[in-house]
Amino acid sequence: MEGEVLIKVEGLSKTFCKDLKTSLKYGVSDIWTELIGRKKERTDLRAKEFWAVKDISFEVRRGECLGLIGHNGAGKSTLLKMLNGLINPDQGRIEMRGRIGALIELGAGFSPILTGRENIYNNAAVLGFSKKEVDAKMDEIIEFSEIGEFLDTPVQNYSSGMKVRLGFAIAAQMEPDILIIDEVLAVGDLGFVLKCFKQIDQLLPNTAVIFVSHSMPMISRMCNEIILLDKGKVKFQGVDVAKGIDMYYARFSNNESNVVYTDGSMALDRIVLNDDDSLNQVLDWKSDMKLKLYFHNLKLSKMPVVTVSIYDKEQRPVAIFKLISNICDLNSNKFSVELTHRNLQLSKGLYSINVSSAKSASGEPYLRINNAMSFQMGGEEVWPPFLLDAEVNYLVVK
Amino acid sequence: MTDKLKITVYSAHREGKKGVLHNLKMMLSDAKSSNGLAKQIAKRDISAMYRQSILGILWAFIIPLVNALIWLYLQGSGMIKISDTGMAYPIYVFSGTMLWQIFVESLQSPIQQVAASKSILAKLNFPRESIILAGIYKNLFNASIKVLILLPIVFYFGAAPTWTIIFFPLGNLSSAVVGNAIELLLTPIGTLFTDVGRIIPFLAQFLMFFAPVVFAIPESGLGKVIFEFNIMTPILITTRDFLVGGNLDWLFYFFMVNIGSVLVFIFGWAIYRITMPVLIERMN
Repeated sequence: MEGEVLIKVEGLSKTFCKDLKTSLKYGVSDIWTELIGRKKERTDLRAKEFWAVKDISFEVRRGECLGLIGHNGAGKSTLLKMLNGLINPDQGRIEMRGRIGALIELGAGFSPILTGRENIYNNAAVLGFSKKEVDAKMDEIIEFSEIGEFLDTPVQNYSSGMKVRLGFAIAAQMEPDILIIDEVLAVGDLGFVLKCFKQIDQLLPNTAVIFVSHSMPMISRMCNEIILLDKGKVKFQGVDVAKGIDMYYARFSNNESNVVYTDGSMALDRIVLNDDDSLNQVLDWKSDMKLKLYFHNLKLSKMPVVTVSIYDKEQRPVAIFKLISNICDLNSNKFSVELTHRNLQLSKGLYSINVSSAKSASGEPYLRINNAMSFQMGGEEVWPPFLLDAEVNYLVVK
Repeated sequence: MTDKLKITVYSAHREGKKGVLHNLKMMLSDAKSSNGLAKQIAKRDISAMYRQSILGILWAFIIPLVNALIWLYLQGSGMIKISDTGMAYPIYVFSGTMLWQIFVESLQSPIQQVAASKSILAKLNFPRESIILAGIYKNLFNASIKVLILLPIVFYFGAAPTWTIIFFPLGNLSSAVVGNAIELLLTPIGTLFTDVGRIIPFLAQFLMFFAPVVFAIPESGLGKVIFEFNIMTPILITTRDFLVGGNLDWLFYFFMVNIGSVLVFIFGWAIYRITMPVLIERMN
């Protein structure tokens, strides 16, 4: 039975109060409203309140994964708390079908003094496992957590990564219809994160997943629909995951170039891309890229080595221009460097150019500028940074 | 298969008409399902509490024991004059302070349990009953240790065992029930404002002098009236009667207080369940 709607959210809103004392006062009156039974939805804000989540609706079917993204304080966690039934909505309705599992704050409720083994029983009990079930799954949990010899050590001596391992190993034993995952895998090492994703991948086909993360590669890998939240409101919602991610990044992008280091011996005057120095030019896929960098010489007597590299919107280096030094004498107060790359095959997205220069390839640095210029690539949307042109032949081999 | 899936609804307004009976049924089934978890939490807290301590479980009766010794000294040295208590004073004061300690501990239990579980309450969805129930298990555990230490003391000071002693644990249970019932009712407001949690031990201390813990009920006057109105009075007197084979004059009042406490407890429990989301909203 795949494809049935497991999570249905309609017009969900939640208010929060900025001030603690006022919030406590409202708490008293809220207790009273809950007791006499709330008949009407809240429509207006009380003094010092704001909408932490406003008017959100979505559906998630079995086998689908909805990504929730947004900057800190956008309302993601509040939304998750409502989905998890921890707090009540002020407007709207959530309907969920099936067993609900949440990977939020792994290892919550671990008692530091007790051993890992004892905490497995406690944590599993909180997650709804009976003692029998834990006994049956104990070996699997121990093996998955890779805690091994430290199993009978008090949890207070564990590293944060070890706690997350143990927490995930327990939570991974759930077989939910609905899985809510909040940024929980940030602490583990790479090997463990991969292992966790393998586990989640196994669950995914039979589960409706809601996934919150600040890691866009993870979002793009897992989700088939995303919601971008901003100040509690939906800024983007749809199946065009890449577009949503772009909008998320656009919030952080700034066009200001930023001189990270200079020793005062040279300065960048101007940078020109394909004879045009305007910002955010759009380049076609497989077009040529011609960069001209105009420098001001302040103290140098020899030509420096100039390195140009391309970064993606996540500030990951994706490419660097081949380094060629030409140590000739420099007796002018101006010089320029020209670079040409033909048939550029970067994939669609926003990129920035970083420039640095030094005396020699590994010599003392003169200048380093981040985001000296930014440009966009057009074309087909793919997640990896390069879309390589290729001749492809499919052959039936007998 | 679709229709077998359990449907969970969280809505801004209460949907449908759910009567008191429906709620009671839900409460009972949740209590049942949270029992295992409650035991686990109680076990966790008890073992964690004593693991980092040398005296360990001894702490459960050191405090009431010292309290009782102080009163014995005060009485023995003639600093205070205590009217006839109807039994050997050591038995009176030991049983009184033990029972009172059980009451005070249970009187603080629900708010402490909620406060200690804040972080997990705000992050995970599990039956909220379980932490209250775990608190009760801890109270009963501590109470049984106290009973175990109390019995030899009582016999040492010359009380002859009677058949009513089999009801003595019931009296201890009553102490815990009354305490939990009162406090559970205060838990929602006490979780919002810490004032409640601070004032309760103070009030309890004050109340002790108006209950037959170390003093006997005054013969006359305002003191007599207050003593008689104190709901802990029938519990203390009847439990002591169970212990030493007294004449159980307060038995009817004892049962009334117990029934009343159970009703208050169920009422407080219902309120606790309903208000929990409002409280969680304000913790972190």
